[in-house]
Amino acid sequence: MREIIHPLHRFIRPGVLATTNCPGCGNGIAAQAILRAIDELGLNLDDFIFVTGIGCSAWIPSPFFNVDVLHTTHGRPIAFALGIKMGLPQKKVVVTSGDGDLAAIGGNHLIHNARRNVEMVVICLNNGIYGMTGGQAAPTTPLGLKTATTPYGTFENPFDISGLVMAAGASFVARWTTYHPRQLTASIKKAIQKKGFSFIEVITQCPVQFGRKTGSGSAVEMLKEYKGRSISVKEAAKLTEEEIRGRIVVGELRDKDVPEMLSEINKIKERVLKEKA
Amino acid sequence: MRGKRVLTGKYFMMGNMACAEGAVAAGCEFAAGYPITPATEIANRLAERLPQVGGVFLQMEDEISSMAAIIGASWTGKKVMTATSGPGISLMLENIGFAVGVETPCVIVNVQRGAPTTGMPTAGVCGDMVQPKRGSHGDYEIIALCPASPQEMFAHTIMAFNLAEKYRTPVFILADAFVGHMREEVIIPEPEDIPLINRRIPETGTEPQAIKGFLDEEVAPMPIFGRGFKSHVTSSCHDEYGKRNLSDLAALDNFVCRLSNKILKHKKDIIMVERDYEGAEVVLVSYGAVSRAARTAALRAREEGLPVGTLRLITPWPFPQEEIEEMARKVRRVVVLENNLGQLYPFIKAEAARHSEVFFLPPRIIGEIHDPESILKKIKEVC
Repeated sequence: MREIIHPLHRFIRPGVLATTNCPGCGNGIAAQAILRAIDELGLNLDDFIFVTGIGCSAWIPSPFFNVDVLHTTHGRPIAFALGIKMGLPQKKVVVTSGDGDLAAIGGNHLIHNARRNVEMVVICLNNGIYGMTGGQAAPTTPLGLKTATTPYGTFENPFDISGLVMAAGASFVARWTTYHPRQLTASIKKAIQKKGFSFIEVITQCPVQFGRKTGSGSAVEMLKEYKGRSISVKEAAKLTEEEIRGRIVVGELRDKDVPEMLSEINKIKERVLKEKA
Repeated sequence: MRGKRVLTGKYFMMGNMACAEGAVAAGCEFAAGYPITPATEIANRLAERLPQVGGVFLQMEDEISSMAAIIGASWTGKKVMTATSGPGISLMLENIGFAVGVETPCVIVNVQRGAPTTGMPTAGVCGDMVQPKRGSHGDYEIIALCPASPQEMFAHTIMAFNLAEKYRTPVFILADAFVGHMREEVIIPEPEDIPLINRRIPETGTEPQAIKGFLDEEVAPMPIFGRGFKSHVTSSCHDEYGKRNLSDLAALDNFVCRLSNKILKHKKDIIMVERDYEGAEVVLVSYGAVSRAARTAALRAREEGLPVGTLRLITPWPFPQEEIEEMARKVRRVVVLENNLGQLYPFIKAEAARHSEVFFLPPRIIGEIHDPESILKKIKEVC
């Protein structure tokens, strides 16, 4: 009998046998979307450097993808990634991290590198909760939800992370849910090719922590809920703010050309070297 | 044509400028930082000089990201540095521990200033002497150099880069506002007279699975990014191959001990002291700017016929315990001089007190370098 090998298996680090994700986690869908995007673009993992922070989504490439990976401190992957991009400008630098890592502890690095419009892809797995530490409230947790640290319900407004990144000046921003793997893959392909800061928010299910808190139950139920709540950017544009409350606006929210920092640095370097000559 | 890395010549130069010139001469290609008094001149100078030699200085959003960015760039094979003062170091400490844990060469300059918290930014106080060693969490070893002049700001910065590359570790320059802002003669030698060390890297084409890139007490070659090594670099407990292990305490022991032993086993190569206590009965132990006052005081004492010597710690970390013990065996009294409330004093006393009587002399007021006269008075008291 012929051995059946997954077409993306060649991207997995040899010797890594099992995933650390909980059953039903959305990380697998995102991981597949990333690898499919790379595959469909005809690129090789050696064209990439992956950088992650702390949290469940940091474990998407670390250690699973057979690629250079820097698994960094909590909240700081984008700052590390900036240094890597400065040293290896020809490589594609991709950050995968969570909403807690990128929007809470690391919020400053997120907005400043969006502002700098440094060429890199940041994939934010937004599950609305701190999963790894056992279900504490995140800056993305819906108002009123009872979590481990908000036993009487949260009293804070949640972040619109994509809106934040757009306002900060990134050149490419998309939002999808794990119900939209094909659309997500297509956006990741665009992001990889974009000359600028590309941010992709993936609304993803954490059935073990978030699901238990909301009572939304299994991964399948959560995906069904995403399907029901999602509304395309085009459709959303026709509705009032009141009408889209509680909906997930999905699609490519921003795709424009903004001066990219490394290109600007190179212009300055050339000028300085010419003046010196 | 590219600008010159080494500006050979004789200058009247500020210590912070000399530090930046030392970095460029050592081959620094990337620096990141955040403005802070009294270290800002280093960033200003690097921002001007690095693009001239094909490098870049980035002003980051804070010191946390400055440290992160230089670590990232170091993993691409670049020589990197950052410069700040105490408050900046406090913010960098988590990522400094990261750099120790994943064995990342980098140079961190702390131009120390006065007091805890915001304190007095323009006052020179060596208030952060233990912070490099104990500031980040967990057990680890660090290398630190303590320059006493603008000339040494240049020379020690080059040494710091060489030690960082050789031992794959962060190396501190513990300057202070006195030395950083002091203007003195600085001689920059010819490039061929500046010995440079570059980190070892695995041979291109090495089978990624076979690379032992971590936790070698003799310093593993660094599997830098972009060369097809498929390096898995995690600051979580890992083995020699970089493979994470979060369940086996033997792996944890290996991780902690080997990182420390990498430095401790090479103390003889790293530690530098300046000894001048032949025949002395009283020895003044000091470092940095204060060592200049100690030297003057010792010379005056000798003129008066008092048997006074000096021991200057150039590398406070790794701690020169054998060098201190060796000195203490030969003398009767040890006077520790520090421009703080006695930060290295307990460490020095722990080594010296078995053999001699140990005293501490703070400056008359914090932030003022010791007056040689006051040191002389103390010598006469303890003699």
